[in-house]
Amino acid sequence: MATSSERSPPPFPDAEDQDALDSEEVGGRDSDEDDGEDMFPSASNPPLAEMDTAPPAASQPSDVLMKPPTDIMNNPLIEPVSSQTKNESASEVVSEPLDDFVDLTNNITEAATDKEVKETFTVPVIDISVDSSSTDVQQPPGIEEIADPLVDFLGDDLLGDDFLGDAPPATGAQKPSMATIDLFNDDDGSDIFAEPRQTKSAKQPQKSLFGEADEDLFDEPLGATSKKTINTERKDKSVPVKAAAAASDDINIAGPLQESNPAEPADIFTEEAVATAPSVAVASTVNSKTNGVHSEEETDIFAEATVELSLDSPQSERKKEVTDKPSASAPSLSAAASLAKPQSAALDELEEEEDEEQEDQFDIYVSVKDPEKIGDGMNAYMAYKVSTQTTLSMFRNKTFTVRRRFSDFLGLYEKLSEKHGPNGFIVPPPPEKSILGMTKVKVGKEDSSSADFVERRRGALERYLQRVVNHPSLLQDPDVREFLEREELPRAVSTQALSGAGFLKMINKATDAVSKMTIKMNESDVWFEEKLQEVESADQQFRKLHTLVESLVVHRKELSLNTASFAKSTAMLGSAEDNTALSRALSQLAEVEDKMEQLHQDQAANDTFRFAELIADFIRLLGAVRGSFDHRMKSWQRWQDAQAMLQKKRETEAKLLWANKPDKLQLAKEEIAEWEAKVTQYERDFDRVSATVRKEVVRFEKEKAKNFKRQIIKYMECLLQSQQQLIKYWEAFLPEAKAIA
Amino acid sequence: MMEEVQEVRSALSVHGHDIKVTDVLRDGDALTFVIVSQKLSGTGEYHVDRTYDDFEWLQQHLFSQEDVPGIQGVIFPPIPAKPQVNASAKVLKQLGFLGLGEWQPYCKALETFLRQVASHSMLEKNKAVEIFLTSTDPPGRQRARKNIFNRLSQAVEEKRKEGHKDVDEFFQAARDQNLNLTGHSKNAAERFLDVVLTEQKIAVACGHFSAALHLCVEAGEDPDKQAFSRICVKLSEVFESMKKNMTSTAANDVSTLGLGLDLESRYQEAEKEMLFRRTCKLVELETARRNAEKAKPVKKTAMEEVKKAAETEFDQICGVAKQEIARFEGVRVEILQQALVQWCEQQLLTAKESADQFNQYLQAFRGMA
Repeated sequence: MATSSERSPPPFPDAEDQDALDSEEVGGRDSDEDDGEDMFPSASNPPLAEMDTAPPAASQPSDVLMKPPTDIMNNPLIEPVSSQTKNESASEVVSEPLDDFVDLTNNITEAATDKEVKETFTVPVIDISVDSSSTDVQQPPGIEEIADPLVDFLGDDLLGDDFLGDAPPATGAQKPSMATIDLFNDDDGSDIFAEPRQTKSAKQPQKSLFGEADEDLFDEPLGATSKKTINTERKDKSVPVKAAAAASDDINIAGPLQESNPAEPADIFTEEAVATAPSVAVASTVNSKTNGVHSEEETDIFAEATVELSLDSPQSERKKEVTDKPSASAPSLSAAASLAKPQSAALDELEEEEDEEQEDQFDIYVSVKDPEKIGDGMNAYMAYKVSTQTTLSMFRNKTFTVRRRFSDFLGLYEKLSEKHGPNGFIVPPPPEKSILGMTKVKVGKEDSSSADFVERRRGALERYLQRVVNHPSLLQDPDVREFLEREELPRAVSTQALSGAGFLKMINKATDAVSKMTIKMNESDVWFEEKLQEVESADQQFRKLHTLVESLVVHRKELSLNTASFAKSTAMLGSAEDNTALSRALSQLAEVEDKMEQLHQDQAANDTFRFAELIADFIRLLGAVRGSFDHRMKSWQRWQDAQAMLQKKRETEAKLLWANKPDKLQLAKEEIAEWEAKVTQYERDFDRVSATVRKEVVRFEKEKAKNFKRQIIKYMECLLQSQQQLIKYWEAFLPEAKAIA
Repeated sequence: MMEEVQEVRSALSVHGHDIKVTDVLRDGDALTFVIVSQKLSGTGEYHVDRTYDDFEWLQQHLFSQEDVPGIQGVIFPPIPAKPQVNASAKVLKQLGFLGLGEWQPYCKALETFLRQVASHSMLEKNKAVEIFLTSTDPPGRQRARKNIFNRLSQAVEEKRKEGHKDVDEFFQAARDQNLNLTGHSKNAAERFLDVVLTEQKIAVACGHFSAALHLCVEAGEDPDKQAFSRICVKLSEVFESMKKNMTSTAANDVSTLGLGLDLESRYQEAEKEMLFRRTCKLVELETARRNAEKAKPVKKTAMEEVKKAAETEFDQICGVAKQEIARFEGVRVEILQQALVQWCEQQLLTAKESADQFNQYLQAFRGMA
């Protein structure tokens, strides 16, 4: 907690300037995804700067960074690791990796100490970067030596981290690899400077990339190991910070654990964070967060993280190929991914069980703004600014903004529905892809209908995101956080399935499946039966309402158009009129009508965005509700199938018993036991899914009423306002009319 | 002027400005209008029922007053187009505002027509007007529509003579102005009709939406459901009141500015017809003059007489026309002003009422738990 008070911008103004400069430099290259060469020349600047500012850096008060930067290569590399490991051993973690760590770091130091002390740290880094950028600055001979141990280090690190966390191996391994994934995915340079600044302590004047990297390293012991490898590898500038971000994310997740289960091994991380890095921002967030809402347990975190990995890894691997990463990291990555995958399902379920009902209404607001067409022709797409405002401590900042394209939103939905759908969660659906609407936009027609389309979609996306973050369970999902926070997102693939008609078809299919299953399934729970009926009738009603509102909107627009042309003809009549007073009155009338046209137009927009879109949202949501019923049904089916199977096995056993075949009997008994377990398991699953669906439907209904009320109030406010405006117009015109003599 | 005439001559036995078309009766495809007028003698009213044919009969009689000098210079108050039950789209378009609703605007237009006729210094003297307003027997049933031929021949001639250069600058200016205004006022009336029609559509759409919202009401004890149902019901009320608002807005539009513009547009047409008649006479006169000049001595006197007769007639027409145009200017400005003021006041009233209602609903929503 003491650290949080120190968490403020660096006291050295020049340090900040430098940061700003750097971020500008790098920011310009954000878009070059795999263009490493461009980035490195600029990367060589900060290290040089760091040499100048070495003395201030020396004054760092943290335990770990006692040594002046001249020793950086020697000390920090060893020190942080060992201090970490000490902590670990203190907290009864298997101390085996200790040796590994020390060995590794020794290796590095051996390699490094061949060179001059002061230069070692900065130089190799520059060199490697220079290496790829092919600008010969300083090429020390030992570069290869450094690289090799580091690669080793990466591998061992993964191992070490496992023990460190005392978590299931898969999850442990997954974490560092996640960091690496991030590393490969993201080359966003500006991020480097933005994020470290957050974590910077008051007394650390970090001018250079290295300073930051080092600091992060100590700040976030969890990510430290993986980051260090990255540091030394220096393949990519953004890597360390990204890793740090990922690591801190993990810590964020770990945060709540500390409070709720103090005995859990995950505690280590947080304790470490506090102990080794007094100036860590993460630590403070963790602390503050523990006061908060989240009471999830450790398993939860790992489950989520694992799931994310399993979804993420294929894409990131693809990315990595593009970015020409060293092959050394690839195996470990894919290995981790494959390891994690099988676990994900089980862990996911665990998570679900753990998920307690939390009071919603989180303090988080998402807005989607500034739709912007990027590119030309049929390859064009719309990008939106997603700004989040929150006081939740799980996020690093209070406000942050990222740019997302439409398919990213769909990608998020796919991930979420894949993960949470089977558990009976109602995942808010995004607006459908609209080939017609988008084509219009692409063709570049700047007419009102395409502007209308873009605006509608923007609003729909905003509400969709807001619904997602308002959902207590979905908010916890790492994908959601990543979507909101991360600068660059791997491109969502195969969102094609959701396109327009396809989406509707999908819903219809689900409906069909549900109705078919209903026949098969003799519903034990009247509640569900009734609800399903209700949902279906509500769906029809909403569809009807939607058509009606749409036609109302059409008429309003027509009125606006007609008013405009009436205004025009009045103006003409006025100008043709001989009687001056009448002529003036008519011109005035033309102006009034012009204003009214605007009023009608606004009213049309009000109808559209407050009602039509609201209803459209609910039609989508009702589809999602039906989907959750569907998932429940599937779960039931699985349970029934298992029961049937068990029945069969029992019959076989009886036959065997009768036939007196003891050898096969044993096998049959084992099978029965196995299936009995499965049946219990599936039954429990089904019960749990049912409970979730029930809870979700209740929540949905509550939200529905609340949402409608809120929207209607807004609508009424608009309506009243426009009515009052109308009164003003009339009042202004009345004397004009009376003035005609 | 008109009061003076009424007092002096007292040609009519009713108050010209108090004629009302109070009712319309539908019998199959035929429409019968009930016309009520106050007796000049004091108490009592005349109640007569007239069909459109009767109106046409009256119009015809007004047109064909051969004995009145300069009658062709009169701007005859325009009679609305023939109403039709289950009219086709084309007829409806021709009727414009008058085709709306249950013929109330049409009655209003007829009423205006009768008042204009009854208060016209030259027309009120015609016996037909008195008969039309007071006789219990319908006057015009047996008359054939000669009128139509008149108009048809006019239409053919129009193209030829409309562009005829005028000898009098005043009339040339009046013709140009009239041509201009006829187009614009017709256009404005049509556009305004579009506005009204759309407003009516919106009212209907609001009504549908309101009705559909009622279907969303779900039965059940569940508090969330009840809350939602309450919202639906309330919203339904809101849309109902929006519907009422729109309906009365549209009604206001029709009864004030709509009718005003319609009348203006028809009056401009009437003025045009008058000017055209005068132009025809002018052409006739010029021909007579030419003929008189070219005529051989034998026929010269006869031709001169014809020329003289034409000249007198033309001068009479011009004199009446000048008066009529001046009078018409006053009348139409007054009509339009009244229309605008009433329109504005009524709309203001409606808007205020709606704002009040909306505000109440808004408070109700805010107060909802």
